[in-house]
Amino acid sequence: MTEWLSQPWPWYIAGPLVGLMVPWLLYIGNKPLGISSSLRHTCAACFPGRIAFFQYDWKSEGLWNLIFVVGVFIGGFLGGSLFSNPDPIALSATTVTELRGLGISDFSGFVPSDFFSWSGLTTMPGFIMLVIGGFFVGFGARYAGGCTSGHAISGISNLQLASLVAAIAFFAGGLIVTHFIYPFIF
Amino acid sequence: MAHLKYLVTGLVFGFILTKAEVISWFRIQEMFRFHDIHMYGVIGSAVFIGIISIQIIKRFNVKDIHGEDIRIAPKDSTQMKRYVIGGLIFGFGWALTGACPGPLFALLGSGITIFIVPILAALAGTWTYGAFREKLPH
Repeated sequence: MTEWLSQPWPWYIAGPLVGLMVPWLLYIGNKPLGISSSLRHTCAACFPGRIAFFQYDWKSEGLWNLIFVVGVFIGGFLGGSLFSNPDPIALSATTVTELRGLGISDFSGFVPSDFFSWSGLTTMPGFIMLVIGGFFVGFGARYAGGCTSGHAISGISNLQLASLVAAIAFFAGGLIVTHFIYPFIF
Repeated sequence: MAHLKYLVTGLVFGFILTKAEVISWFRIQEMFRFHDIHMYGVIGSAVFIGIISIQIIKRFNVKDIHGEDIRIAPKDSTQMKRYVIGGLIFGFGWALTGACPGPLFALLGSGITIFIVPILAALAGTWTYGAFREKLPH
């Protein structure tokens, strides 16, 4: 009975469920789906300094979002640990072949432990992906005013031109790294 | 207690992200290499349902649970540079970490402790944006 909890869900089940998060959050509290604002709220709460961007009432504006993110963390524990899928991800054979060519050997989990591990952090590719990549995610999301959930899902759902432009730029940035940067850092 | 609903909703969201495997660096690479429909299917069908839902909310003037009008703040479409430049930088990070902010937290929750590093780096990136915001083109 609990099999569906540990098995991966096909896109036509998971995708619509993600989409339903948008009206659900609007319904239960008039809140827009978004994750990256939580990073700003954390800065505002913990180290605002004298930066104008972090001088606001983070509790009234963002406490719900921080709690939502704690929920995502717990959901990750349930889905990725307690009810984890024992099998490797069913990737396309072409992807596996190409990634092996980059030096990736462990395809067993969500991420390649070759680089996404504490020992991988000390390798050049691992450092670039984890530290520089993470920095870009935070910097870029705030610069663009949202991330994948806030722009690509929530914003486009509301037919916002700004969000469509942002989502196209997200994708273009990912293509540039995948096809022009990855061949050099591995 | 008033915020418990957001904890539960976030939990469900994180669980879905995990089961959809969109938190996987491998899946993101598969998408950027155009090898499989999976990620396009997830994002495309999510947006499809999102658009229909919001149209229903607007056309039928659906209220929230407190009986208030549902208000969705529009994005500022008068500025465009920020979406292009910031979006590209975010895209670099998305392909490098193989994760956007939601998945970063779900991955940490799944027990891959190294993800505290990109989360802290993302906080540093957010802080740096805040510090240099006035000097950046928007």
